[in-house]
Amino acid sequence: MIKVKINGQEQSWDGDPDLPLLWFLRDEAGLTGTKFGCGQALCGACTVIVDKEAVRSCITSINDVAGREVTTIEGLHPDGDHPVQKAWRQVNVPQCGFCQAGQIMQAAALLMENPKPSHDQIREAMSGNICRCGCYQRIENAIHLASMGV
Amino acid sequence: MNFIDNPGKLRGFEKNLKVEKISRRSILKGLGITGGFVLAAPVMTRQAFAYETGAGEMPHGVVVDPRVFVAVAPDGIVTILAHRSEMGTGVRTSLPLIVAEEMEADWSKVKVEQAHGDEVKYGNQDTDGSRSTRHYLIPMRQIGASARTMLEQAAAKRWNVPATEVKAVNHEIVHSASGRKLGFGELAADAAKESVPAIEGLKLKDPKDFRYLGKGQVSIVDLHDITTGKARYGADVRLPGMKYAVIARPPVTGGKLSSFDPDAALKVPGVEKVMKVQGWPWPSKFQPLGGVAVIARNTGAAIKGRDALKLVWDDGANGKYDSVAYRKELEEAARKPGLVVRQEGDADSALKAADKVVIGEYYLPHLAHVSMEPPVAVADVKGDKAEIWAPVQSPGGTREDVAKTLGIPEGNVTVNVTLLGGGFGRKSKCDFALEAALLSKELGVPVKVQWTREDDLHHDFLHTVSVERIEAGLDKDGKVIAWRHRSVAPTIASTFAAGANHAAPFELGMGLVDMPFEIANVSCENPEAAAFTRIGWFRSVSNIPRAFAVQSMVGEIANATGRDQKETLLALIGTPRIVKPNVKDLWNYGEPYGSYPIDTARLRKVVELVAEKGEWGRTVPKGHGLGIAVHRSFVSYIATIVEVAVDEKGKLTVPRVDTAIDCGTYVNPERIASQIEGAAIMGLSLAKYGEVSFKDGKVEQKNFDDFQVVRIDEAPLVTNVYIVPPAPDTPPSGVGEPGVPPFAPALMNAIFAATGKRIRALPIGKQLEA
Repeated sequence: MIKVKINGQEQSWDGDPDLPLLWFLRDEAGLTGTKFGCGQALCGACTVIVDKEAVRSCITSINDVAGREVTTIEGLHPDGDHPVQKAWRQVNVPQCGFCQAGQIMQAAALLMENPKPSHDQIREAMSGNICRCGCYQRIENAIHLASMGV
Repeated sequence: MNFIDNPGKLRGFEKNLKVEKISRRSILKGLGITGGFVLAAPVMTRQAFAYETGAGEMPHGVVVDPRVFVAVAPDGIVTILAHRSEMGTGVRTSLPLIVAEEMEADWSKVKVEQAHGDEVKYGNQDTDGSRSTRHYLIPMRQIGASARTMLEQAAAKRWNVPATEVKAVNHEIVHSASGRKLGFGELAADAAKESVPAIEGLKLKDPKDFRYLGKGQVSIVDLHDITTGKARYGADVRLPGMKYAVIARPPVTGGKLSSFDPDAALKVPGVEKVMKVQGWPWPSKFQPLGGVAVIARNTGAAIKGRDALKLVWDDGANGKYDSVAYRKELEEAARKPGLVVRQEGDADSALKAADKVVIGEYYLPHLAHVSMEPPVAVADVKGDKAEIWAPVQSPGGTREDVAKTLGIPEGNVTVNVTLLGGGFGRKSKCDFALEAALLSKELGVPVKVQWTREDDLHHDFLHTVSVERIEAGLDKDGKVIAWRHRSVAPTIASTFAAGANHAAPFELGMGLVDMPFEIANVSCENPEAAAFTRIGWFRSVSNIPRAFAVQSMVGEIANATGRDQKETLLALIGTPRIVKPNVKDLWNYGEPYGSYPIDTARLRKVVELVAEKGEWGRTVPKGHGLGIAVHRSFVSYIATIVEVAVDEKGKLTVPRVDTAIDCGTYVNPERIASQIEGAAIMGLSLAKYGEVSFKDGKVEQKNFDDFQVVRIDEAPLVTNVYIVPPAPDTPPSGVGEPGVPPFAPALMNAIFAATGKRIRALPIGKQLEA
């Protein structure tokens, strides 16, 4: 039996320990905010925060996070008012919105580690997250805005 | 209590509908066979407006009825239906916003609900062709005005005053003479009893009184849900007892399963069943390709199970498709005369007599859509009833195709339209929903079919592959006197009809025969090209290769004559006029030419605007270059200037993009800007990396490592967007697609300015490194 804390709640799994965390979250725990985009850690749509680090849940097995704390987009802030979420709305970042949960989780992890990232640091940290609609400039603007505590 | 009290009464027109028994609506309209459709009643009026659109020619036309689209609850909440699909353009907000504007509703008291797929009830729902605002600005205004009038009539009766004395103001009806006011909610029950006013007599708001339209102050309705993970896409639908499926499909289009061994797959924990899926013979239209499905308790188990399947395929006739060999075939075809599709003057003689002939041969490979949400659908089929949840651009078409595929009446199929995690044309084809329906029928439980990214790349309806060859003849003064453009590419029609090997009219009309330059001798030709995979619509479709070729050629002519790119472009566009190409049945994006002609004054205007705002001719650092391109598509006019920087190693960056768009009357300039910003990224992606190639009939790319798209660290630093203010009564035109075509040629012209290298084959790849 694997035990893992997701958004503050204890969850358990006695199936395949190799099951990617992504599919545990989406199909078993019903937390569909975390998205499937590539399955190979190439696009970042499935990004969640494990302890304090952004990870790709599509290549992280449920066993890898046993006993650890996982935060998904649903658990980032109880009212959806994390500075990154607020900045995202202020800048009107999303188009289709599908990649945005992954983008927001990656950005939140970046700001935890580096509260005032530079232009280059933002572009480097966010380069693993693809947005096919092409919202990149707004993503960068929103991260700058969030870093200013607006 | 609401306005939707008796929609059944409206259905009388159904008996007049003569929907022809032809398999696909999209190909119908595309091929120009539109005769089978009549307008849904009540028809929209045209008298009050300065323009007509082709909305009535779409399958099931337009429905203008407030009882279908608007509900007012006693608490004052106004619910407005969004009947088009949201894939990122903002249409789910923009169309209801038009209704709210005209109704004088307070947007903070409006709820948007997504309509099911039901075109008899809602009119056409095909969310493609950059058509939503173009076709629905007026109908949505009429719906809003109708609802407002009904509320006004109800208030006037309550107060026993003439209806002319009352007025809707911000969610209330006001009688200013007496100072009385009633909220929309208080009038809902009475208003529902009012008759729907005749469209002809409706009084629409004066645009100067608009509070929302054209302002760009309203965010998309799903913004909060998107940022909190609550927004529901196709992939997020979960039903009690639902099973998860992935499918192994024939690796070659048109191939078939020879044999399979499910044993290892069945041993994977969580896998419950392995079963065959019905496939349709090539060309399979939008029907499933067939294969073997693995059914499991979660998607992860299904994928692992599929990896363990042993499969033997019969590749069939397309197993020889090879992109390297095919490119040579296309090039050879482009060097010989082909079917003439536009002819003015005598291009052959003029080219022979020319002082100089500039020749450009351009190659653009297949492209994949790769929307971030791969195809996915949920189906629950019970007996002769089916319910579908899917991210589809064609809710009505999906309903028709599910009914046909399962052999049940269309009325027994409910299509719930979720948000789309990107579409770009891929989700106009509902094959994934049909797969889910077939599996659910067989299993008797709800089934979700999830495509992986590899599935998406291997079984896409790809953007075509093409060679565009242009020969421009110049006289001794450098004036272009002859133009021959040969366009060779497999046609979308091949996905529907075996052996289709010439472009359909709608493809010819996308940048080939609608060429707007003022040249005396013109020949546009379309040599044959056979298809060996499924070809489909990709954001802006044939405009991508045509604009690339035509606008690159403008740069080449500028270079050959030693003139400025922009001046060369304006000289080619010529005098302000309505272009009248000598083309039988010119396809004009389905729009009447009178309302939407090729107007070179507007084409010139976007070039001049972008040149002014984008500081054309400014001094740029060493290694940088500026390029310009303009293109009319989806009846909008767009010009782009790209500044590129190329370093000594050939690494390319884009410091700045400027784009001017004339899309006529518009609704939400903020979303127009986001579409244009995104189009620059998509244009840069296809220019730098875009290529799907085939070997032995199979797609070579697998995922985002070998089919790359632009990431944030490559994004332009700045994208400025300038929207041409519309003259009164200018018809609205497309926004979602037209931003893409001019980007790549503007980039190529910029690269030439920076490096002296002319890139004629995409993607750029390593060409700048040599």
